[in-house]
Amino acid sequence: MAGQEHEHLIPLKVYFAVFAALILLTVATASIAYVDLGGAFNSVVALAIAVTKMMLVVLFFMHVKYSSGMTRIVLFAGVFWLAILVTLTLADELTRGWTPGGAAWNPSVLLPLLFHLR
Amino acid sequence: MAAPSPGTHTRPADVSHQFETKEQQREAGTLGMWLFLATEILFFGGLFCGFIVYRSLHGRAFELGSRLLEVRFGAINTAVLICSSLTMVLAIYSAQTGKSKGRIITFLALTMLLGLTFLGVKLYFEWYHDYLEHIVPGFGFLNRPEWGSLSPEVEMFMVFYFFLTGLHALHMVVGIGILSVLSVMAARGRFGPRYFAPLDISGLYWHFVDIIWIYLFPLLYLLGGRYSLRGH
Repeated sequence: MAGQEHEHLIPLKVYFAVFAALILLTVATASIAYVDLGGAFNSVVALAIAVTKMMLVVLFFMHVKYSSGMTRIVLFAGVFWLAILVTLTLADELTRGWTPGGAAWNPSVLLPLLFHLR
Repeated sequence: MAAPSPGTHTRPADVSHQFETKEQQREAGTLGMWLFLATEILFFGGLFCGFIVYRSLHGRAFELGSRLLEVRFGAINTAVLICSSLTMVLAIYSAQTGKSKGRIITFLALTMLLGLTFLGVKLYFEWYHDYLEHIVPGFGFLNRPEWGSLSPEVEMFMVFYFFLTGLHALHMVVGIGILSVLSVMAARGRFGPRYFAPLDISGLYWHFVDIIWIYLFPLLYLLGGRYSLRGH
């Protein structure tokens, strides 16, 4: 590890290549939005491109590719907790219609159902 | 007095006493910024989560709301922010490779200029025109006949739009403030190959704000069934 202060120097051509990729992906995502891929798949493509762009910025501009395990753990923890937030919230919201009679999470409906009351 | 603690003799002059090596000092600073950014992920995450829930419940209304936004301004601003991220890494690169302070300041100034361009487009071409078109909730929002009974949910989309882009714009303003402090530090000749941590760490913040926009652009502007507009 000669010259420690230069250890994290990323070549300029890498920065410019990442920059070009980000601009191309922006043009791609804006153009694809006008093509009918069947609604749901449009969303999948748009979000896949967004994730790709984020990874390019995180790995190269924010040099996570060259950083320590501790930094990666912190980044992973942030994203993981966001996933918990979204997943559990949707698990509630999207299943509210599952109880009979459309009575959602009304205790007077749910409790007899769970405990076979009455 | 007491014997010097181990490692004292090997520590360079520009390493603070609590660190053994320059590398450890740099790592601690970076890690601290990442911890802050992890809290920022969840700070924005609450709004993103709310948006996802409402979009899953009111898909049609949110598509109508999305069509009130102009894709070209969103796309231009995305490109502007990506350019500003590039000039930010170039400012850091200039310090790392010992370029003149003029070079560092130039790249910092370009980054600020691009940040201000983003805010200018946002304020004038988007928010101000939204106001003129009566689609700002709470400021003369007018229902349109083509929305029918979906008007309240369309208004809800605009509430999410202004809170998400507003919070993002606020982060941009803070970022420009940080960059102006960095420019003064650069002008005083503080940065070079031996010391560029403030540039490095502020860069992480700037790129984070860029990433937030990378998600806002498709979520707000693009997931609106744009392909079916041709038929109208």
